[in-house]
Amino acid sequence: MKNEAIKIFQKRKKTILEKWISIQANDDFLREDLMSNDDVRIQSEELLNAFIDNLADSNIEKSRMEEFGEVHSILASISMTRAKQGFSPRETGIYVFSLKAALLEVLKEEIKDPETLYIQSLLISNLIDSFGIATFETFIKGREEVIFRQTDEIAEISTPVIRVWDGILALPIIGTLDSSRTQVVMENLLQEIVETGSSIAILDISGVPAVDSLVAQHLIKTVSATRLMGAECIISGIRPEIAQTVVHLGIDLSQIITKSTLASALKTAFNILQLEVNKKQKQTFAK
Amino acid sequence: MEKIPILRMGHFLLVTIQVDLYDQLAENLETDLVNMINKTGARGVLIDVSSVSIIDSFMGRILGNIANMSKIMDAETIVVGMQPAVAITLVELGLPLNGVHSALNVERGMELLRSKIELEETNEVDHDNDSDNTE
Amino acid sequence: MTTTPIILNKDSMAILREQDVVPFRNRVKEYAVKIGMGVVNQTKLITGASELVRNMLKYAKGGTVYIEVITRGRDNGIRLIFEDKGPGIENISLAMKDGYTTGKSMGLGLPGTKRLMNEFEIKSELGIGTTVTVIKWKNG
Repeated sequence: MKNEAIKIFQKRKKTILEKWISIQANDDFLREDLMSNDDVRIQSEELLNAFIDNLADSNIEKSRMEEFGEVHSILASISMTRAKQGFSPRETGIYVFSLKAALLEVLKEEIKDPETLYIQSLLISNLIDSFGIATFETFIKGREEVIFRQTDEIAEISTPVIRVWDGILALPIIGTLDSSRTQVVMENLLQEIVETGSSIAILDISGVPAVDSLVAQHLIKTVSATRLMGAECIISGIRPEIAQTVVHLGIDLSQIITKSTLASALKTAFNILQLEVNKKQKQTFAK
Repeated sequence: MEKIPILRMGHFLLVTIQVDLYDQLAENLETDLVNMINKTGARGVLIDVSSVSIIDSFMGRILGNIANMSKIMDAETIVVGMQPAVAITLVELGLPLNGVHSALNVERGMELLRSKIELEETNEVDHDNDSDNTE
Repeated sequence: MTTTPIILNKDSMAILREQDVVPFRNRVKEYAVKIGMGVVNQTKLITGASELVRNMLKYAKGGTVYIEVITRGRDNGIRLIFEDKGPGIENISLAMKDGYTTGKSMGLGLPGTKRLMNEFEIKSELGIGTTVTVIKWKNG
């Protein structure tokens, strides 16, 4: 074996574990409030065993996933469970880095030649560093997944399709209308048209802060898609500023029915469907 | 040789497309349809695309051709039952589909055809009743 | 295209006649369904693929399409590479403008198809051939 460190670690596995545990005990990041000492010991032993058992001349200089698959999966699960328990990514990182101290201590005890000690220490140090960074990457990935999930949820709940009347749907659009939200709006709207057999959809944009040419394009696309389904679209909630912007930008909305309020859009929809709203006659009682 | 069946429903013709249209089949459809309109004097053509999951520009062109040919023979064309995913894709693709009207299903399509034909006939009557006799 | 995606599966189909179009579309659909792509994205992918494959037949008398299942980070997707040895496109930027037409078609092929995909790349050399590469992510 070219690298003495490997044999040394295998020989002194138990000592390394004890040293590591004691280093942790002496530092703030142990967080006994989040994890019992027994659990910490079990976790540390598992990681240490995987590391030493997989360490070989072929991989001691590389820390990539392919070389240390088992170690990386244990690191990933450590990172995830610790994050769930409330450890900060820093605390988890320091936990891994602290192993380095134990390993280097043992190397110092066993290797007499300074140059060999230096080279082996450097290799081990680099390896442990990248393991520590791996825990950060797992943490970030976990956060990103939460963000993606929430983004999807927000897209879903912020574009409800309301059945205001037989054959009339209303969509109050709240917030910016970008292309991914437009997709969600179109899908939900068209699906609802099929399910309810509605022939009119009112898109209310009073909750859309700004309408530029891109947003207008999205609206026009939605109207076109609705027409292909045999239904008609009315855009309501057009604020005066929007009317100005639209004209200044040269956007052509002439092919679309536009109303300033949802109420007037509803009136128009009733008209199209040949419906009338009548006041009830007052009851008179004969004497 | 495969042919797409054309059903007669009163004054209208119904075409249900259930297979992927390839060149020859599409051309045959156009020819058959035009001949049927001529033979029956149909005023409307309903094309049921509820089983069509992909409409590309080729198919779009066929629909447009059918609409134009029918119009020349005094018939309106209505596409019915378009799937939502297809509608969304067509809009993104940018197919204009001019001269083609849409309806949610065959029933609505027929209602639409009837109202269009009525409207046309009312206009023609008004025109005939013009007091001045200039053409 | 940003970072190089990893190819999970490679497949290819030779497109020589019009009859090859439908089997090709079905094959693309198989892979799209396999990675769990939603209906709307599936439709966009297959429609765009249909456009490109018809172009290949019309202008280059056919070619080969490579169908790859790829992954980049957390996303899976389908990559299609349309390779032909046709005459090539003289002016790519003109062909990418909406409304451009050379044949009797509506000339909406390329710009429309680009809108349906997440990534779109086209390379062409006059007299040598054209390669169009498109990617549609599962959650595109």
